[in-house]
Amino acid sequence: MNYGMPYGASNFVEKIDKTFYFILGIDIFFLILITVLMILFVARYNRKRHQNAVQVKERTWLEVLWITIPLIIVLAMFYIGWKNYIPLRKPPKDALVVKVIGRMWDWQFEYPDGKVATTLYVPLNKPVRLNLYSPDVLHGFFIPAFRIKEDVVPGKNNYTWFKATELGEYDIFCSAYCGMRHAYMYSKVKVVPTAEFDSIMANLEVATSSADGDAIMRNNGCYSCHSKDGTKLVGPSFKGLWGAKKTVITSDGKKQTIVVDEKYIEESILDPNAKVEEGYMPNVMRSYKGVLKDEEIKAIVEYLKKSGDQK
Amino acid sequence: MRAEVQDFYRGTYLENTGRYKGIWAWLTSTDHKRIGLMYLYAISAFFIVGVIIGLLMRIELIAPGKTIVEPQAYNGLFTVHGIIMIFMVVIPGLSATFGNFSLPIMIGARDVAFPRLNLFSFYLFLFGSFLAILSQFMRHGPPDTGWTFYAPYSTSTGTNVIMATTAAFILGFSSILTGLNFIVTVHRLRAPGMTFFRMPLFPWAIYATAWIQLLATPVVGITLLMIIAERLFHIGFFDPALGGDPVLYQHLFWIYSHPAVYIMILPAMGVITEIIPTFCQRKVYGYKAIALSSVAIAAVGYLVWGHHMYTSGMSGKSLWLFSFLTFVVAVPSAIKVFNWLATMYKGSIDMKPPFLFALFFIFLFTIGGLTGLVLGALATNVHVHDTSFVVAHFHYIIFGGMGFAAFAAVHYWFPKMYGRMYNIKQATIASIIMFIGFNLLYFPQFIIGIEGMPRRYYDYFPQFQPAQIVSTIGGFVLAAGLVLMFYNLIRSARKGEKAPANPWNGTTLEWQIPSPPPLENFEEIPHIEGKPYNFK
Repeated sequence: MNYGMPYGASNFVEKIDKTFYFILGIDIFFLILITVLMILFVARYNRKRHQNAVQVKERTWLEVLWITIPLIIVLAMFYIGWKNYIPLRKPPKDALVVKVIGRMWDWQFEYPDGKVATTLYVPLNKPVRLNLYSPDVLHGFFIPAFRIKEDVVPGKNNYTWFKATELGEYDIFCSAYCGMRHAYMYSKVKVVPTAEFDSIMANLEVATSSADGDAIMRNNGCYSCHSKDGTKLVGPSFKGLWGAKKTVITSDGKKQTIVVDEKYIEESILDPNAKVEEGYMPNVMRSYKGVLKDEEIKAIVEYLKKSGDQK
Repeated sequence: MRAEVQDFYRGTYLENTGRYKGIWAWLTSTDHKRIGLMYLYAISAFFIVGVIIGLLMRIELIAPGKTIVEPQAYNGLFTVHGIIMIFMVVIPGLSATFGNFSLPIMIGARDVAFPRLNLFSFYLFLFGSFLAILSQFMRHGPPDTGWTFYAPYSTSTGTNVIMATTAAFILGFSSILTGLNFIVTVHRLRAPGMTFFRMPLFPWAIYATAWIQLLATPVVGITLLMIIAERLFHIGFFDPALGGDPVLYQHLFWIYSHPAVYIMILPAMGVITEIIPTFCQRKVYGYKAIALSSVAIAAVGYLVWGHHMYTSGMSGKSLWLFSFLTFVVAVPSAIKVFNWLATMYKGSIDMKPPFLFALFFIFLFTIGGLTGLVLGALATNVHVHDTSFVVAHFHYIIFGGMGFAAFAAVHYWFPKMYGRMYNIKQATIASIIMFIGFNLLYFPQFIIGIEGMPRRYYDYFPQFQPAQIVSTIGGFVLAAGLVLMFYNLIRSARKGEKAPANPWNGTTLEWQIPSPPPLENFEEIPHIEGKPYNFK
């Protein structure tokens, strides 16, 4: 275990850590002062040794003293905390802009030329502005090593920025609770030299057009819960799904047998709890009504049908 | 009942004199002391349930990956733990139990201003609690939103959110009515001669709390109704898909829920302010400063809710304003701590369990308060917000603060409630075990929080495991202390030695009447001549 701020790798680390140790130092001083006084009084004035209490006279100056000193200290803390926070809200104009898509339950990073990655690659010592976007619920974009965190709020254009100062790989966590797989909504930021960054960018794929069902599902995070290779995740796998006979539980608790067809897939996307395959939990998947367009749902159906026919 | 026992209770509020016998005599009683005890029993039961759920979570977190439950079940557990502990234990906690039991006696009244309304509040509380528990077992599964019900997750998840929010709404109503009752009681029923500045400090704290209950709780009531309306009728208040704003929900929620933290902690501070003078046999230092700091906390506490939302994308101006006010509200708490210390100076200190709990309270509350400064500063908040640092911070305030103060209160007023004394040695041992367990449980969470462990995580990376193991062990040590404490109290309530009317040599009015008190407290309402805490 490390008893302090973790390893830091961005331009904010120095000032934020200084603020932290400033407050922590004063905290420790007061905690020790209060604790020592308590122990001292309890030992010194214990009834066994000190039978009769002395009714000490109140002093106004003492009361004023311990109102004023804490007030000055906390206002200093406020000021330093605020001053060192201001840079976090001021991304430089020339920053590389990356759109961060946080959704249940993975991260995706879209670069200016439309290239998409699931790991955040950034060049060393270049400011990066992150525009945070969520299509579903609240998420929190948190890189402990960079000391940045900002909520990803649906319908709101939140942002954060940083300049990575050390090469390496650092954790990206989701910090705002977002449902079942909140703890697994994880990615990494990779800080690389500029030349390497350029070659990584050159090799990344551009986000595919919406006609491709596979890409639509990848872009909407479907594969974080439904595998393509038959692995059992949160929801049923897509492997061998098309045309399969399934026992499902309807939303009013009845058992039914159905064959997976266009209608079932459409219904499961728009109203996921209507018929849930036996053995899987209801109320986990959200409805994609209004998120996916009709033609996108058609494309997904086509894709699942095609991959079913191949077998 | 055996003859001798019957004799012991003759003429006291514990003896049944009315129309009904047994449990009915309690359930229909409008006596403030009986209602206080009923709250105490109900809240203790809910507390035990909350603790068991907490222990289940600690077992799950002892190792990465699945230990005993699946992720969805874990999310249900922390939600239910939060709902029970916040809405059913800590918010009503001290104000409903000891506000009821002690407040009227301490101001020289025979009962609260509206005894029937008081009983009605208790039933609302039971009904709300019943719904909250029921929501865990209904068909769609326990709510999995966290106790904060953040939108739009809470408006879109398929679990049983409507019932849980309805429960919280009803519990809120109970709290409003209790607050109203106490405000009127303090204004109208003080004994002749008892001016506001002759009132003991626990009533002062309850009075300040009652105003928060009355003024802030309606806001959360409306907010929860808006969630229900959005779920049922798809009215877009909070869900951007319907044209709403998720951050609006956070504002509305914290406009209540931050003052609610003061609903929890102010009565706790009030209890500590009663206990310290009594066990030091000294006049409380800085009476006016303590009384007015309660009012200052209640007033400024309304305006700091935004510090829960520094990372939500608020405007820069609101950020610094909320941070500024947050630091200002820290001062009245510091004033109290210094005055408590000054009261101990040159006292004649009797290390009995209530005082020991009070010392533990000061230590734990101070840690909670000081770590709050890390959270209040904008630059550091960004790093530790939504990590287990926050979890540790608020457990130090709420459990280490309000929880330990509640234990102190029970041990302080126990001889008055039952006319019997508990086993002092057992109570001392239990309090020390709990103190050690508490620190083992929550302190490591500060450390991994700073390292970046987010909160509400079912799973985590191996580097966080050593701290998680220490926490889990601490959880069980704490639970062992709780078992010993409950055993001692339950046994002593029935079989403890008889206690004198004033075992601690206290000066406030409740110690001037017999233990247990007679049905209407005072044969003749006393006339108050001077300030409280006048030790000779």
